Amino acid sequence: MTTTTITAGPTDFETKLGMYRSQVALRQFEKRAYDLFLENLVKGTSHLSLGQEAIAAGFATAMKPTDWTYATYRGHAHTLARGVPMTPVLAELLGRSNGLMAGKGGSMHLTSVEHGVMGSYAIIGAHLPIACGAAWSAQYRGTDQVAVCFFGDGSTNIGAFHEALNFAAIWKLPVVFVCENNLWMEYTRTTEVTAVKHPAADRASAYGLESIIVDGNDADAVYDVAVTAIARARAGEGPSMIEAETYRHGGHSRADPGKYRPDSEVAEWLAKDPIPRYRARLLEAGATEEQLAAIEAEVAAEVEQATEEAKAGGIPGEDLLMKDVWADGGSSWRN
Amino acid sequence: MAQLTFREAIARGIAQEMRRDESVVFLGEDIGKAGGVFKGTVGLLDEFGPVRVRDTPISEQAILGAAMGAAMTGLRPIAEIMFADFFAVCWDIVVNEIAKSRYMTNGQMTFPLVIRSGNGGGLRFGAQHSQSVENWAMMIPGLKVVVPSNATDVIGLMAAAIRDPDPVIFLEAKALYATKMDVPDGEIVDTLGTAKVLRNGTDATIVSLGYMVPRALEAANELATVGIDCTVVDVRSLVPLDTQTILREVSATGRLFTVEENPRLCGWGGELSSIVSEEIFYDLDGPIVRITTPHIPLPAADALEDMAIPSVERIVTTITKSMNS
Ligand SMILES: Cc1ncc(C[n+]2csc(CCOP(=O)(O)OP(=O)(O)O)c2C)c(N)n1
Ligand SMILES: [Mg+2]
Repeated sequence: MTTTTITAGPTDFETKLGMYRSQVALRQFEKRAYDLFLENLVKGTSHLSLGQEAIAAGFATAMKPTDWTYATYRGHAHTLARGVPMTPVLAELLGRSNGLMAGKGGSMHLTSVEHGVMGSYAIIGAHLPIACGAAWSAQYRGTDQVAVCFFGDGSTNIGAFHEALNFAAIWKLPVVFVCENNLWMEYTRTTEVTAVKHPAADRASAYGLESIIVDGNDADAVYDVAVTAIARARAGEGPSMIEAETYRHGGHSRADPGKYRPDSEVAEWLAKDPIPRYRARLLEAGATEEQLAAIEAEVAAEVEQATEEAKAGGIPGEDLLMKDVWADGGSSWRN
Repeated sequence: MAQLTFREAIARGIAQEMRRDESVVFLGEDIGKAGGVFKGTVGLLDEFGPVRVRDTPISEQAILGAAMGAAMTGLRPIAEIMFADFFAVCWDIVVNEIAKSRYMTNGQMTFPLVIRSGNGGGLRFGAQHSQSVENWAMMIPGLKVVVPSNATDVIGLMAAAIRDPDPVIFLEAKALYATKMDVPDGEIVDTLGTAKVLRNGTDATIVSLGYMVPRALEAANELATVGIDCTVVDVRSLVPLDTQTILREVSATGRLFTVEENPRLCGWGGELSSIVSEEIFYDLDGPIVRITTPHIPLPAADALEDMAIPSVERIVTTITKSMNS
């Protein structure tokens, strides 16, 4: 088992700053999304990645624009990290016509093909085989694209997870599976219902893959394993499975306070918050307080602007309702 | 012209499209080296090689997930689900993923893929290998559903399904695999969403699908001997549904009989009855009658299976009784 402790990360400082900016953006965006949920402006549901930002930022930094992201319903961070602007994402959460999918998908299905965000999937495990298909297509067409597929610890107990791993392994597909192990399913601790301690890493060997565990709250460490796994995939050496240990600061979804979790556990993980950690590391490495404060202020302004633009978005019209069931743009099932 | 079985037509249809389009790939269990459990894909591995014709593990979710991921990134996959009953273990990928994703993403993605599967009874396989699932597929927004009844249509509709930019469920009646007919030489390309009038009559219109089409035709021939002259329509495509042809043919005779292999509840004939009642009610001269498999799992014993699936005899007696009452 490889446990990565050396935290090198991107070698150039600009990239490190970019990774910091990305994490701050994900954090501030989702805090705003939560406020808007409490104001009943975000309807339905929303699942936040607060506390898990280093994984999205680390991977997105290591990916090429032509690579593909497959995310879950907890997908705001992965979508934004690939460069999708805040306004359409927030507007989608608000159900507005300027939303990323004009309001037809909602928080759990964020997709931006233009940015390589090939969908956010809300049926546990379903997108692992789908990511295999994209990887197969890259392999078949001889492109160097890699599919990166994110999912939770609880998702390792569904059949599709195991089907996909075997499938990717036998076909040597350029796909990277990333388990964001935040210890919890919805309201149940994953280890209580799982036969092994490390839900993803301990299963990897069953499919001939290396067990890789990384500190998911350390963007540099995540970046490093991402670079290695993506390079392996690009070189035609097949899939990788990475278990990134992390924690969600809030509850599972909506306004869940997450009270089922012991206070001590929450406190322990809050102390490992990836963002202050990365901030301190950058300061140590020579960044100035002003430099970082400027990034934070820029992001805050971006969130303000996105909030205004999303709120100002139109209500989706009836024209959208019957649109795009079929490739011809329509929904007709008879003549 | 060459005599071709229904099963040979499958391979010919797929080969025709794989020759003209490099983006067409084919995956499924036992489809390559073995040539398919029903021998419907014999020769494809030899002609197109293992990169385009891929044997898979017994992983129906992975097969269909892979087809979906490949379709959304530029390929035109054909996936085989060996028996249509097995759709139940990968229905999530079909219904929640493939069928919904274009709509949910506001048209950002297209899914040009075909899922073909051996459907229905007649082979005494018992309830878990004999179910007719056309009604499952038909009720899902976002899926096209095609059910050919003869070898020529297999080729033409297969080509149309592969060229179609949307997901198509292509259901092959297992009981028809051994049937033969003269098939024209050269490329055959048909059109989805077109029903075919196979026989013209004046007294009643029998609308049928897949395995039930040859039975409907045979029943119509028998009915003619007792003075009931029937039109027979082969629906061929449940989605899109050629309601124009069907409504025209029902209006012309004033009577509609459906012959359906699927179990009774929510069979396609129920939807058709509703359309006919809403739109041409006053053209009807008598009740709409549905002849279906009863609402039971299909039994294995030949005697029992034969009682369950609409037979020529049951079609004849049902129509005779209804026409004479
Ligand atoms: C097939 C299926 N079963 C159950 C659910 C309900 N559900 C949604 S999220 C979730 C917990 C998933 O936990 P995990 O995989 O650890 O991801 P996390 O939410 O922690 O990111 C469950 C059970 C679902 N969406 N799909
Ligand atoms: Mg979890």
